[in-house]
Amino acid sequence: MSIQIPEPGYTGKIKEITIGVGSKAVTVGGQSAFNFHTFEGQIPHQSLIAYEIPDTIPDDWMDICKKPYQDVLNDPIGWAKKCVEEYSAKILVISLISIDPIGMNRPASDVAKMVEKLIKEVDVPLLFWGCDNPEKDTETLRLIAEVCDGKNIGIGPVVDKNYKQIGAAAIAYKHVILASSPVDVNLGKQLNILLLELGVPENKIIMDPTTGGLGYGIEYTYSVMERDRIAGLLQQDDKLAFPMICYVGREIWKTKEVSLSSSEFPKMGNQEERGILMEALTANILVSAGADILVMRHPKAVQLMNEMLEELK
Amino acid sequence: MALKPLDIFKLLPKTNCKECGFPTCLAFAMQIAMGKEDIKKCPHVSEETKAKLLQEAAPPMKVISIGKDNEKINLGGETVMFRHEKTFYNSPAIGCIISDSMSDEEIDNSIKNTIDMNYDRVGVTLKSNIIGIKDDGKGKFIDIVKKTSQTAKGLILMSQNPSILNQAIPLCKDVNPILFYADTVNYQEMGSIAKQFSVPIVVKGKSIDELVDISKKIAEMGVENIILYPEGSINQVYKNLILIRRAAILGKIKELGYPVLTIPTFMTDDYLKETMYAGNFIAKYGGIILLSKLTGEALFPLFLERLNIFTDPQKPMATPEGIYEIGKPDSKSPVFVTTNFSLTYFIVSGEIENSKTGAYLLIQDAEGLSVLTAWAADKFNAETIATLVKKSKIEEKTSNKTLILPGMVAQIMGELEEELPGWKIVLGPREAAHIPVFLKDLSST
Repeated sequence: MSIQIPEPGYTGKIKEITIGVGSKAVTVGGQSAFNFHTFEGQIPHQSLIAYEIPDTIPDDWMDICKKPYQDVLNDPIGWAKKCVEEYSAKILVISLISIDPIGMNRPASDVAKMVEKLIKEVDVPLLFWGCDNPEKDTETLRLIAEVCDGKNIGIGPVVDKNYKQIGAAAIAYKHVILASSPVDVNLGKQLNILLLELGVPENKIIMDPTTGGLGYGIEYTYSVMERDRIAGLLQQDDKLAFPMICYVGREIWKTKEVSLSSSEFPKMGNQEERGILMEALTANILVSAGADILVMRHPKAVQLMNEMLEELK
Repeated sequence: MALKPLDIFKLLPKTNCKECGFPTCLAFAMQIAMGKEDIKKCPHVSEETKAKLLQEAAPPMKVISIGKDNEKINLGGETVMFRHEKTFYNSPAIGCIISDSMSDEEIDNSIKNTIDMNYDRVGVTLKSNIIGIKDDGKGKFIDIVKKTSQTAKGLILMSQNPSILNQAIPLCKDVNPILFYADTVNYQEMGSIAKQFSVPIVVKGKSIDELVDISKKIAEMGVENIILYPEGSINQVYKNLILIRRAAILGKIKELGYPVLTIPTFMTDDYLKETMYAGNFIAKYGGIILLSKLTGEALFPLFLERLNIFTDPQKPMATPEGIYEIGKPDSKSPVFVTTNFSLTYFIVSGEIENSKTGAYLLIQDAEGLSVLTAWAADKFNAETIATLVKKSKIEEKTSNKTLILPGMVAQIMGELEEELPGWKIVLGPREAAHIPVFLKDLSST
């Protein structure tokens, strides 16, 4: 016997965005079905994992996460090369923690000098992520945009407070915008509209819906992303049909739950594997909700997630 | 789609007799429309109407209860594809498989883990709910059934041996044990055992068509409670879980309107990968998830995911009002105050914890709203905070009386100083992430 199962009625397609140049460039988006739903639509580009690379010694990283990078902790360029050479990273995120005014407050021009060297030594596509201070991010990302002219990098987080300034730099130097909004479908859409009106081409926007970690609000991110994707694929909402990026590692590795030691909390099991699984499981459900790029830290968590992507393609 | 409340109401007697347990016929009609109640509870409608309504308004997915007493849970009963459309109701039962080829020590440890691996979070206990008992022909099956039935948790009897099942079911009948399994070959024999003892039975199939076929045959034998088990690789199972849910919810295909069993441990030998599969099945439509073993590093993250995905998006999550001690605070430690939105609580307590400085965290009931929303709604202001400071007797724990106010509500500082004479009110950071730096500065001044 055969039964008729209703189909979702896909009408849209997520925009395709290319980052980087040359043979190492990557493309995300382009799908005409929900992620992992290869049985009913085209998923031309698998979701990607971007290794997170801090631009200075990450004092707040847990030892478990620092361990694999012990030899390159104070060397962002070495760290980037290690991820490409040892872990076969296809894309990297340079996390500009050093520029934070309430931390190291490194001048934007110093960072730009480091970036100038970096782009000579690393040929995979790069994303640059600020410190969540809209003014300092604007100053720094504008300089980086200029230094990386022609490299088709991604820059963010671009928020409602600085979209004009960073947007203008991205247009001028033809880079991709990482548009960040606080876990809200309408705010996300509004920022996309503002960027498009500013003149950012529609193949230059990736959305950051703001990621909550497992146990720390992941359900909000999850549902907002599902709604974004439903709008883009089923409801002809062109303004939400953009690829999405999720900053996973940072949210997971700062939680109390990954810091509890195995000896003090035997019921919580092996501390290292717990952290790895929390990072990988979070990434996994975010992909099913619609994530196209996952920013992650631990190589083992990345490996687990890559295996899932491979098996579900 | 299901009938509207008014359509159902027209078919009811409109006497408001309350025999169904609801105050009015309309209230009852609304419950039926939402798929939460059964028309059978109305003693006055005709059989014909009942049949008509049952067909049109039956909940799209059967609810099956397993376990007993405090361990009793419901499986199935879902009404939507996506949690934001309403909510997911019954979170999947998670447990491990105990086989009779395991040593006695291993068996006892698995049972102990099933009972002990509990975690308290926001007033909820996260725990394992089910045990699969696998017959490997080593003769210990009945013993394991006896031992595990003491846990009061749900059981899946994974044996194909009718005489063993006939022996086992009466031993654990009160937890509503699930028979595993009926397939194209054995459905008659297994179905009749399920019918005889009126217990749920797993229907196993490699394809949707196979599941529909056997599920139909089992239902025709008079078995009411069926659990579907789509077998295959992660790729096939993921797809079939989605198709089954769609068929049940959107297609109202009753042969597929049942909870679904998933067994990640039968799909891979790699424990970490098994956990990843389980993570997929929590979000996308598993009703039962069976693992090879229970270990904290895998179970705790899976429980968190399950808690999050099955949180009702219509209600804010709230933490109980009161004093929370973070780190090891003493009489010189500062007091943070914030609202009882669970996320706010988790993030603030986590950042205080990160600072490695002991502090008190005073949580005020603001109906589960975040700081700014609560302030705007006048549920978190100088008066409510002052009242809580006094009521909570936090003064008995701290001698230096330093109260840290969320940076978002700087405007109420002056008023709060007036309300709380003797207290030093300090404006905290706007973002919780800045708490560690803030505390470092605070202790150095």
